[in-house]
Amino acid sequence: MSSLITRVRLKQIENLIEKGKRLDGRGLGDYREIKIEQGIIEKAEGSARVLLGKTEVLVGVKIETGEPFPDTPNEGVLTVNAELVPLASPSFEAGPPDENSIELARVVDRGIRESKAIDAEKLVIEPGKKVFVVFVDIYVLNHDGNLIDAAALAAVAALRNTKMPNYEIENGEVKIKQGYTQLPMRAYPITVTLGKINGKLIVDPWLEEEEAIDSRISLAINDEGNICAIQKGGVGYFTPQQILEAARIAKEKATALRKKLDW
Amino acid sequence: MPTFFEKKQIVTPGELLAEGDYIAGENTYEENKKIYAARIGLANCENKKVNVVALRAFYYPKVGDIVIGTVLEVGFNGWTVDVKAPYTALLRASDVLSRPFKPQNDDLSHFLNTGDLIVAKIASFDRAHDPQLTVSEPGLGKITRGQIMKVTPTKIPRVIGRKGSMISLIKQETGCQIILGINGVILVTGKKPEDEELAMMAIQKIEEESHTSGLTDRITQFLKEEKAKREENKNE
Amino acid sequence: MSEKPEKLIDKKGLRLDGRKPDELRPIKIEVGVLSNADGSAYIEHGKNKILAAAFGPREMHPKHLTLPDRMVLRCRYHMAPFSVQERKSPAPSRREIELSKVIREALEPAVFVEYYPRTGVDIFIEVLQADGGTRCASITAAALALADAGIPMRDLVAACAAGKVGDTVVLDLMDTEDKVGSADVPVAIMPNLNAVTLLQMDGILTFEEFERAVDLAIEGCKKIYAVQKEALKARYMAVKQEEEVEE
Repeated sequence: MSSLITRVRLKQIENLIEKGKRLDGRGLGDYREIKIEQGIIEKAEGSARVLLGKTEVLVGVKIETGEPFPDTPNEGVLTVNAELVPLASPSFEAGPPDENSIELARVVDRGIRESKAIDAEKLVIEPGKKVFVVFVDIYVLNHDGNLIDAAALAAVAALRNTKMPNYEIENGEVKIKQGYTQLPMRAYPITVTLGKINGKLIVDPWLEEEEAIDSRISLAINDEGNICAIQKGGVGYFTPQQILEAARIAKEKATALRKKLDW
Repeated sequence: MPTFFEKKQIVTPGELLAEGDYIAGENTYEENKKIYAARIGLANCENKKVNVVALRAFYYPKVGDIVIGTVLEVGFNGWTVDVKAPYTALLRASDVLSRPFKPQNDDLSHFLNTGDLIVAKIASFDRAHDPQLTVSEPGLGKITRGQIMKVTPTKIPRVIGRKGSMISLIKQETGCQIILGINGVILVTGKKPEDEELAMMAIQKIEEESHTSGLTDRITQFLKEEKAKREENKNE
Repeated sequence: MSEKPEKLIDKKGLRLDGRKPDELRPIKIEVGVLSNADGSAYIEHGKNKILAAAFGPREMHPKHLTLPDRMVLRCRYHMAPFSVQERKSPAPSRREIELSKVIREALEPAVFVEYYPRTGVDIFIEVLQADGGTRCASITAAALALADAGIPMRDLVAACAAGKVGDTVVLDLMDTEDKVGSADVPVAIMPNLNAVTLLQMDGILTFEEFERAVDLAIEGCKKIYAVQKEALKARYMAVKQEEEVEE
């Protein structure tokens, strides 16, 4: 996903960060402006669009019936997929999902799954045979950096907005009835990504910063402030101290964001 | 300001070798005034310079190296040559023709064709360009006779021996001409195929099984015995 | 298929296979096991059996993937169909694609990629048998394959996971513990440079538990590093003796 960044620009970013500042005027620990809109796709059971600065991610949730996994007969199924659609960046190409989109989907999936955000046991229609399958489709519409946080936020916002169809069982067949109920949720994880430039940590790196950082770390934080998923990315490294520092910042940022969003 | 190894100690990548006022030599690197090993090898220190003699490396072209390569492709105005390096080498048509190359008249495959072997010198090489070869010096060019063998490039110095003692010994005892490509390819040319075989056996022995002491002596012994055996067979 | 064991940690504080919470599974490593690869290594980490091979640096195909200022590292992590209880389709899964990426990113900080512009190195990892912690064992083996190929490196990379089983933070989870346990934290380090190059986590941990898990995993990595180093040296001991003879 990286493109060439000029040495001058790199130096500029590094010098600013050394002084605790960033190109777009933010402090090292500041998020860009976050806007969330829910329920914008009527045909989807749930949807949300998140604007993180200029990064724009749309998530649609579809609910269908299907079979549970054999090892979890009493739980519904969650499937997360991500598309880096070509209109979102000159670096995105049409075609089957590459490792970047697969990683994005799996990191968002892990945050939702490990925090047990969806009450999966309530999605069972007939144990071992029929359950609701929740499809979370992440659509990146504009890539201006930190897709992970934007996608994770949009996914949870869309799930909060998701309606499940009412149903009844008639002669062993599932019949969809009129009306909807809210998708049962138990937690609202928030993912915070930090980048490392010259040994300094910055929250929510945008596109140009992403090209300058050698590594990033994303932490999903649950409602209690515990960590429920982590992914390090990039070709650099962190010292153990930097990791603990990142975890501390992530917890703080997630708590603040949770309060602001009233989740 | 200590060093952290004994002379000729085997070290692995990342091992701290020295701290303070030292110079990072071959197969080492420096970070924050500390010198670490960058390859598996044997550590040594001479005049404050810390080196690791690699036990495992691949051939990396250097201007002036004599190499033996295989012609891969006949191109538009030259040849591409495999010199067993991370980069494919180029040999320009004008270098072989010793005159300007005329695409309309000259059929390059007439001079060198795919699969041909050449002895060549690295004429130029840098980070941005693949190595360029030259054959316009005495002793270089297409190989028309003899036999080829391959050894690990790190072993070439051992085939040469101290001050060339080992290679002189083999040449003398077998009557063969031997060209050692720095890239680990060796050309052996003798009067008879049997002589060439004997030289190659000796080189292989050096590469493979010289774990015990007295390598030069053992190679001398080996060559004598083999030659005696051959004499006997002839007389029978 | 899966039977959930009653207790993952017994009264004496021992785990299902009799290990203490901070104890590694037995590890066996051999370097230079494949003659066609430029470098290779085989690891048995508990019941995990994994082969890693490195090819290069060499010209890259397709050529447009080369970079003008550095070598490109490619990595394929792949599980054999017979490596797990139920046959795994040989086609690469999304999990394998993600792991290939994070393994590559765990190894790359250790490689001097800037030395060999316009070239590529391929790392192929085949999991022959899996029993929890395959990505870590793969990294441990792959780092050795790179060193065995003679590729200049800043450090080796050793990897190990820690996690939470019941209420206890434990080292090096095997498959059963991973499936039933409540968290798993795989970590890779460059041991001499105090640098973490792989960090993932799933499950739920408090900040304190996370700190403990990372510490424990790093301790595990250091023990694995000792085995790793010995295995690499063992492969070249014979060669070293040769060199000494020439003095």
